[in-house]
Amino acid sequence: MKYVDEFRSPERARLLSRQIAQTVTKPWKIMEVCGGQTHTILQYGLESLLPDQIELLHGPGCPVCVTPLELIDKAVAIARIPGVIMCSFGDMLRVPGSDGDLLGAKADGADVRTVYSPLDALTVARKHQDRQVVFFAVGFETTAPANAMAVYHAKKLGLTNFFLLCSHVTVPPVMAAVLRAPDNQVDGFLGPGHVCSIMGWHEYQELSLQFKVPIVISGFEPIDLLEGILRCVHQLEEGSSYVENQYARAVCSEGNKHAQTILLDVFQVSERKWRGLGNIPGSGYRLSEAYREFDAEVHFPVATIVTRESPNCISGEILRGVKKPFQCTAFGTSCTPEHPLGATMVSSEGTCATYYKFRK
Amino acid sequence: MCLAVPGQVEDIFERDGLHMATVNFGGVRKSVCISYTPDAVIRDYVLVHVGFAISVIDEEEARRTLAALDLTDELNELRTEAPIE
Amino acid sequence: MPDDENAMTFACQLPVSPASKVIRLGHGSGGTMTSNLISEVFLPIVGNSLLCELDDAAIVKVDQSDIAVTTDAYVVSPIFFPGGDIGSLAVHGTVNDLTMRGAKPLFLTATFILEEGLPIEQLSTIMRSFNSACIKAKVSLIAADTKVVNKGAADQIFITTCGIGTVIRHPAPSARRARAGDRILLSGDIGRHGIAIMSCREGLELETQIVSDSQPLDEIVARMLEVSDGIHCLRDITRGGLASVLNELAVSAHVGVRINEDAIPVHSEVRAVCELLGLDPLYVACEGRFVAIVSSEAADALLAVMTKQPGAEGARVIGEVVADHPDRVVLQTRVGGKRIVDKLSGEQLPRIC
Repeated sequence: MKYVDEFRSPERARLLSRQIAQTVTKPWKIMEVCGGQTHTILQYGLESLLPDQIELLHGPGCPVCVTPLELIDKAVAIARIPGVIMCSFGDMLRVPGSDGDLLGAKADGADVRTVYSPLDALTVARKHQDRQVVFFAVGFETTAPANAMAVYHAKKLGLTNFFLLCSHVTVPPVMAAVLRAPDNQVDGFLGPGHVCSIMGWHEYQELSLQFKVPIVISGFEPIDLLEGILRCVHQLEEGSSYVENQYARAVCSEGNKHAQTILLDVFQVSERKWRGLGNIPGSGYRLSEAYREFDAEVHFPVATIVTRESPNCISGEILRGVKKPFQCTAFGTSCTPEHPLGATMVSSEGTCATYYKFRK
Repeated sequence: MCLAVPGQVEDIFERDGLHMATVNFGGVRKSVCISYTPDAVIRDYVLVHVGFAISVIDEEEARRTLAALDLTDELNELRTEAPIE
Repeated sequence: MPDDENAMTFACQLPVSPASKVIRLGHGSGGTMTSNLISEVFLPIVGNSLLCELDDAAIVKVDQSDIAVTTDAYVVSPIFFPGGDIGSLAVHGTVNDLTMRGAKPLFLTATFILEEGLPIEQLSTIMRSFNSACIKAKVSLIAADTKVVNKGAADQIFITTCGIGTVIRHPAPSARRARAGDRILLSGDIGRHGIAIMSCREGLELETQIVSDSQPLDEIVARMLEVSDGIHCLRDITRGGLASVLNELAVSAHVGVRINEDAIPVHSEVRAVCELLGLDPLYVACEGRFVAIVSSEAADALLAVMTKQPGAEGARVIGEVVADHPDRVVLQTRVGGKRIVDKLSGEQLPRIC
């Protein structure tokens, strides 16, 4: 596949691995923000190609990890309402809430459907005018424009049976929260390439300046990430801190203006609760006033659902890279992939789940 | 959030008021919404996430990225082959 | 008529003419509707002297050999998919299970659970497909049963089978015979069946040429058994994909498995669909592929035999059995890294992240 295979070349990977080893002289902790980047790192075993001085910290860039338990509970509650069709990306179907997950609700008779695109959920709504169709809209800025278009189009079509259960989060505020924490250990970042395709990289320049950290906007193939790490290490070794764009084939500084226009029409910036990290102001999107009629949290009786996270879970500190799973008393005992207590065990790529798998 | 795959635009059309394209991903074809990449033309490569094209691949930049890497590789090889003075 | 209302059944008691186009609950009542269905639909297609006796059991004579027996259930949806249907799938799957124990498949029994409302024309098509697959694999259907359930109680048609064969290689291939140093052979590219099924999924709208790899493997394995004693273990890959089989083998044999990503063939369109949906081809279902764990001395000869067989032209050596990391499967990735290939926990779901 063009623009995929070239960025998985073993020769280029070897070259970059060698260059990283030749460049590094001190230990550095680098955080990749995006869950998709974490996936590539694990899928290709990239950490085994890095010198011991480099430690990769897996950041909070995964909707599975950071969607609050409360929202899962609301999704399950709504799915169980007779007449509702709950549409969701596959990622969210097995995230356990207080009362089971969406697949469990399906086994009990709820109509829960996996969709590839939010437009597919719209198609379901148009096909089943007698049912209420809810789309579980999770994701970062990459996915928000797609979800926005579904609502934008629903309004144009005059649909009254389509709703969004919104769990949108944005990257720069959570990076700032990580950097602001007094125990922060992150030296440099691999920035979220696809988020920047949409939003550009201005916000990351501000972060880099304010906190004096290098941020290398990186793609998602092994070569992209290795090159991103190399550039980050170069900056760290020379004491620089600025934004670089490794993913120039897909990212420009302004981002995608068309996507931003619809995004900021349908959504407005809001406070968001992050699982394991708590409330972060201005870190999410909610439906704007003009589109509030599509808000599932307004339409369905779920406002009273309040959920508490396990007090034993330290996923916040894991997500920020300041603690390791084995420092948690619940790790591997009351908290396992089959019975996750929090964010970093829920996703198969969460730090705790990965450690559990490798029994580190 | 992050999974986006490059594919080549083969056909452009309207469907229900949405700007759409048939995109070929290594032999597999799928309809994709290109409302966010309205300047995409046939034979362009677009990056597709959850059924939406989010970016047109800058093929020159892609070439440049790979060329820079391969040039470094050649330089490394030359260095290792150079006679020791 | 009994006057106890509890004695009422919901079976349709009205006679239905032979021209009925769909299965009715009455077809499962055991009465004339049932016998009419058998004599008018099943027997004309799969009838043979043994089956036509319509006894509860068939008595067959075999040589003084060990008889391999297997049983399976087939509930695939959609029941017709690119490259096959539930009928051919049921035969191939059962034949392959027998083959994997070094047995020559000989006989099948099958039960057909039919959902009320299933068009009889579709049932006929499936039975023709079932029959063709039996002929190709040289197995006979010697006993069968059919039941009809209410609409909604089954997804159109379910098939369960029992397969019987004679073991032709002693000792029979078994996971416990795998040992460090053995080579791992894969009979062809992976993931076609799962992707073929997925491409039919409503709402996905994927245009692909991929068809299921469902096929019988007995011929390929018979040729392999002829040339070598070095086949320690055979396993066909079904749900859960190559990764699941290798994990099962590693645990059963208490050995480590090391495989090479570059060596594992994946059709470009299977790869493309996996990329789009965020699936790992290692976990995608196959229905006509198998893994052979063989002694290192026998590997080359066996590979040469496999690649000459239709259906195994793409056979490769993909890795080896090692003493390190017992119970674990480790993959050397395309770019030179290493990762553990874990067991699948639940169904692999498409992802966006």
